[in-house]
Amino acid sequence: MPLVAVFGAGALLLTACGPAGGGSGAASGTFTYLGQTENTTIIGTLNALAKDQCAAEEKAAPLTADKSAGPQFDQKLQLLAGQDALSNMSMAAGTPSLMQQFIDADQVVDLSAELEELGVADKILPAAESTIKALYGEDKLYSLPTEFNIEGFWYNKAILADNGIEAPATWDDLVEAAATLDGAGVQPFSAAGKDGWPITRLVGDYIARDLGPDALRAVADGDAKLTDPEYVKAADAVAALGEAGYFGEAIGSIDYNAAINEFLTGKSAFFYMGSWALANFNDEAQNTIGADNIGFAPFPDVEGGKGSIDQVPANVGVPVMFAQKDFGDDQAAWLKCIVSNYGDAVLNESGVVSGFALDNPPADLPETTQIVQQQIQDAPSSILWFEALFTSKGTSVSQTNGGGLASGSISGADFMKLVQAANDEG
Amino acid sequence: MERVLGDKRAILILLGPALLVYSLIMLVPIVWSLGYTVLDGNPIVGFTFNGFDNFIKFFQDPAAWSAIWFTVRFAVVMTVLQVGAGFGLSLLYVFWLKRSSSAIRTIIFFPIVLPTVAVALLFQRLFEAAPTTGPVNSFLNLLGIDSVDWFGTPAASFWILLLMGLWQSMGFYGVLLYAGLLDIPEEMLESARLDGAGGWKLIRTIVLPLSLPVLLSSLIFSINGTLKVFDSVVALTNGGPGNATTPLTVYMFQTSFTYGQYGYGSTIALMLTILCLIFTIFIFRSTRRDVTKS
Repeated sequence: MPLVAVFGAGALLLTACGPAGGGSGAASGTFTYLGQTENTTIIGTLNALAKDQCAAEEKAAPLTADKSAGPQFDQKLQLLAGQDALSNMSMAAGTPSLMQQFIDADQVVDLSAELEELGVADKILPAAESTIKALYGEDKLYSLPTEFNIEGFWYNKAILADNGIEAPATWDDLVEAAATLDGAGVQPFSAAGKDGWPITRLVGDYIARDLGPDALRAVADGDAKLTDPEYVKAADAVAALGEAGYFGEAIGSIDYNAAINEFLTGKSAFFYMGSWALANFNDEAQNTIGADNIGFAPFPDVEGGKGSIDQVPANVGVPVMFAQKDFGDDQAAWLKCIVSNYGDAVLNESGVVSGFALDNPPADLPETTQIVQQQIQDAPSSILWFEALFTSKGTSVSQTNGGGLASGSISGADFMKLVQAANDEG
Repeated sequence: MERVLGDKRAILILLGPALLVYSLIMLVPIVWSLGYTVLDGNPIVGFTFNGFDNFIKFFQDPAAWSAIWFTVRFAVVMTVLQVGAGFGLSLLYVFWLKRSSSAIRTIIFFPIVLPTVAVALLFQRLFEAAPTTGPVNSFLNLLGIDSVDWFGTPAASFWILLLMGLWQSMGFYGVLLYAGLLDIPEEMLESARLDGAGGWKLIRTIVLPLSLPVLLSSLIFSINGTLKVFDSVVALTNGGPGNATTPLTVYMFQTSFTYGQYGYGSTIALMLTILCLIFTIFIFRSTRRDVTKS
């Protein structure tokens, strides 16, 4: 009898050590979703769909959502994937190299085949589809473009007008504008120094403008190094803005929401961000400067550079992926419904431009949303962001130290040395 | 009782469950982790044998050395401060506050029972520079000094981590050492006083040598705790700015779970274990002679 008890206790413990079946794991009869805490657009749209267009799917397999903080999101996905416990649908890994691991390990659904079978393959915009494929280096689709973003400098029209500044066309114009604003007591830039990536984006864009759109591909292929002087120049240019104090005080403590809040409450003039922020811009509760007061300037030219201002930094934001495990009829039904309706829903509800084809575009779109649509339409080609082709460690080291560039606590050369070393390590 | 403990079945029943739990949640993962040190990969992509590559990588990795340097620096300074402040407090309890010390002891002990994450949030708010100005910076502003970005500079972050750790743990060491001081016979103190020893001399010649065993335990306890510091760093600075406050534990965690390198992460864990062992042996060796003498 005691032995039975001992074995019983052991069995119980072993069960406890096994992969989590519930929680964020998938279970038949429900449709589980895991997203980043900061992104309220996707879950908001999914909830709206569940009540309306996807009501039947919701009834068959109710949507069960879970969330995890953005900075640790990839970590969470890795752990879940390691336990074969990914949610039915989750925001994809922010690091493309991690997504490639999921793809190689057959953890995620091949959406090209699945959408074809469901008869909704034409619902994905070709431009968005090719961006995703290029990102993961695959010729099949493994995630859905819940956003199709362009990035650039959003600016407060009133502040610029008050200080006699035009939207900058070159990097020198931008630096000059920042100096003028700083002199007038206005904080030139808002940025999330705590998160790092909004700062490293500037480095990546500068490299693309100065050395051409393929410069970061050359680094990934080993033909160039970030520590080469022409690459260090980009990090130095951004560090110079930080050293001058143009990002405001204690930039290392400002997170994504605080940075958006600064810009939308008129505390700063420029804000580099992707067009996913339109959801915030179009929200009157958050935006006290008025949506009409926000202008968009593409990342400026670098004089004498090989890149061009019309090569738009574009991405699909954080797309969503579907786990292979527990992918059944209920999940396929949800997939079909999302692909068919998400584009219209998210544009109507949040003013966000997605990579899905539209059936019923709203008649009166906010001006900022129209600007984005126009930019996407006019762009002859797009460029990826700084860390897009880096390893997991390279990405993490870059973003952890990015805030240092904005606070002026790390030099461009030291920053590039750290990131290159992390990438070399693989 | 003797009859019960003489029965092997009884021993098995009494020890079995505890041993099983211990083996499952401690020994098995430790052995498992040791195995990972010679592997490369993670559960998603699978594992491959790579011999001693992880160890070679560790010794050539500048980030690992910077983590070791931070870990050792933090552990040594923190241990000195923790045990030093604890000893000071215990003297205060025994010689000055005497019987009325219980209220003070409770108040100073209190922070140790608070969750570290809550304490870290408290300190984050205290020293906050943006988006809102925390009380410390408000006070500086009041004196006409500009706000300081405490968490944006490596040195300041290091000292705030120490301050937080000290505030949280000194009460615990105070009580631990207080218990040790209570064991010193009152007659011995009295006779030393009669011989003319007082104040500092009494502490140096009588109190310190007699409390050495408990001081030694505190030192080993403290150094092992601080070498493995994790939660307070993650909650307060998350290793930043950059990797300025990243100890080996956090680096190990990042390597395994953010970079997906389980093998290298386990190697870092093994190195940390060895580091703890070296420090413990060093403290034992350097104090053994004194203990015998006293």
